[in-house]
Order: sequence, then C-alpha cells, then structure tokens
Amino acid sequence: MSDAKAILKENLWSNNPIFMQVLGICSALAVTNLLVNTMIMTIGVVFVMAMTNLTVALIKGFMPRKVRMMVQTLIIAFYVIIVDLLLRAYLPDISRALGPYVGLIITNCIIMGRAEAFAQSNPPLISMWDGATSGFGYMAVLLTIAFFRELLGFGTLFGIQVLPDAFVPWTIMVTAPSAFFFLGIIIWIGKTIMNREGAAA
Amino acid sequence: MNAAPMLNPFALFFASIFTSNILLANFLGMCSFISISKDMKSSNGLGLAVTVVLTITTALNWVILNYVLIPLNVEYLRYIVFIIAIAAVVQMLEMIIDRVSTTLYMNLGIFLPLITVNCAILGVSLFMEIRNYTFLQSVIYGLGSGLGWWLAIMALSAIRKKTDKAPVPAGLKGPGITVITIGFMAMAFIGFSGMLAVQ
Repeated sequence: MSDAKAILKENLWSNNPIFMQVLGICSALAVTNLLVNTMIMTIGVVFVMAMTNLTVALIKGFMPRKVRMMVQTLIIAFYVIIVDLLLRAYLPDISRALGPYVGLIITNCIIMGRAEAFAQSNPPLISMWDGATSGFGYMAVLLTIAFFRELLGFGTLFGIQVLPDAFVPWTIMVTAPSAFFFLGIIIWIGKTIMNREGAAA
Repeated sequence: MNAAPMLNPFALFFASIFTSNILLANFLGMCSFISISKDMKSSNGLGLAVTVVLTITTALNWVILNYVLIPLNVEYLRYIVFIIAIAAVVQMLEMIIDRVSTTLYMNLGIFLPLITVNCAILGVSLFMEIRNYTFLQSVIYGLGSGLGWWLAIMALSAIRKKTDKAPVPAGLKGPGITVITIGFMAMAFIGFSGMLAVQ
C-alpha cells in the first residue's frame, strides 16, 4: 500500500503534471474561467486517464510495439467519446460551453505521457491509480486557477455571488491573458517551494 | 457559436491570425509551443510545418465530415476519424518530403511527428465543425490559424532569447517566465479585437 501512497504524493506534488512537467495545458486553460466548467472538465480527464492507463496496462502484452502510439491514441479517443456523449446527454449546457475542449482531451499530452511512462511497465490496478492521481494533480491546479479567475472576474464561486455588488469585476480575468498569468504564478510558487525543499534536503 | 458565421473570407483570414489566434485566445498547441520556442530556428521549422498540416487537415476533415460522417449519421465517431486523418496526413507528408528534397526534410521533417499530438491541429478541425464553416471558410481558417501560430511562436522565441539572460527569480526561470510572457503577448493580440472577431 505504501506504493500507492508514494504515487499519490508524487503525482499530486513532486511530479505534478502541470507545474513540474508543464504538460497538457493546451486544453485546460480555456475552461478555467468558471469553476463549474473546470470541475466537469477535470472529472472527465480523471476518468479518461484512469481508464486509459488501466486498458493500456491490461493489453500491453498483445500490443505490437511499433503501433502502440496509434493504439493508445485510439483507446484515449474511445473514452473521450464516452465522456462527450454523457455530457451531451445529461449536461447539454456545459457541453456547449466546453465546446471543442472535451474532444481535445485526446491530445492532452499528460494522458499519453502517463500511458507511455507508467502503464506500459506496471500491473493494471496500480496503473489505474497512477492515472487517477495524475488527474487529481491536474484538477487541483486547474481548480486553483479557476477559483481566482471566477472570483475576480465575476465575483462568484460556482455561480453563487460571494463578493458584494460594490466590487467591480476585473474584465481581464475573463479573457485569455489572466489564465497565463495565473499559471505562471502557480509554476513560480511550486518551483520556489520545490527549490527550498531541495536545498534543505 | 452554433449559428454559421457570415464572415467574408478576408475578415476570417485576419481574425484567425490576430484576434482569434489559435494559441493566444484558444490556448491550443501549448505543449510543443513552450518546449520548442527555446530555439528560433526550430520555431520557424515547426511553425511552417504546423501551417502546412493545418491547412491540409482542416480541408480534408471538412470533406470527411460532410461527405462521410454526416450522411452515414455517425458524427459521434468524429474524434477518432479526425485524429486518424491527421496522423495519416502527417505520415504521408513525411514520406513525400523525404522523397522530394533532403534539405526540406532536414528542416521540416523532424517536426512532423510532433505535430500529430499538437492540440492546435485537432482543435481547428473541431472548431470548424462546431462553427459550421463552408469548405472555403475551413481552408482559410486552417491557413490563418497556422500563420497565427507561426507568428506567435516566432515572436515568443525572440522574446525568450532576452528573458533567458534576464535576472529572474530562480523559481520563475524556464516555463514560469515563459508562460507569463505568453500572457503579455495574449494581451497585445487582444488589442486587435475591436477590429474584428470570429466567435
């Protein structure tokens, strides 16, 4: 079980897909202006990642090495289609707001990265855990960005008004640049703490 | 976003380069953008490759979508079909370039495998589908987005040449300062949005 714990810590913090590896930010930043959208999107990513890692770990014995990239892409696409159909059926509004970004989970480099780096050489269950925890690490960073963007951009959290009416929303928080600024700041904080830890050890 | 935009092709072309820059407004193609922009020469090569592939795949995916997927009523397969089409185009381009010219292959070919996983390529095809573009609009949108991406990566790699030597805090070095620089570029590009928009 200590293995599972080590993986959790590594994927949430010391090897966090976003601020340590700077991967998979393509499809991510666009959805962080509202917490609800971010939540749904990252739950989708966690699901796709866990299932992809599980599937890859299960069938790695039968997969010819030469075509494994293509096979992995198809596995990812398969799960993304499931997520997309579910969203369309049960949450049509959010599905419309997310637009093409659900489909873009396919090209999220983190998923392919974890499948390559972990699932190819580990048993199924622990691979699934690795996928899920990487997803959580991704979720944590995105929710942090979304929290500030929605709070300052709309004065709301999860659509509920929290700041008084006197607060003037910052228009820039709704537009693209703020996502980059927040991501930069989060990378900065993460790396600084990491450097301190490294220096102390 | 669901209604077909009645944009004239010229406006669409410039909108997709500047105001709706695929990278700075829609965040697509970031992974290779951050890692490759360290080096100006590679940025140029990748920018050219992205532009070529984007134009071809957007047109191809439009044909596939409207003449195969919609008549057969299997639109939900589009993710898989689009990504396979993109991988096939990239593979074919690589073989053709290899045959035609060695220098071009050395400059362009090495970037082609990177492109299959570039979110911008799939993203443009998906935007094309959501916005119900016509064939002409799709080609122009693909070309414009590619040029916009190329412009953005060249600009960023030029800026990075300076920031690499600047005394930034240790934790901010590398990806941190790069992302913040991209933020400032995005602000600059938003400045064009009073002129035209494509949303």
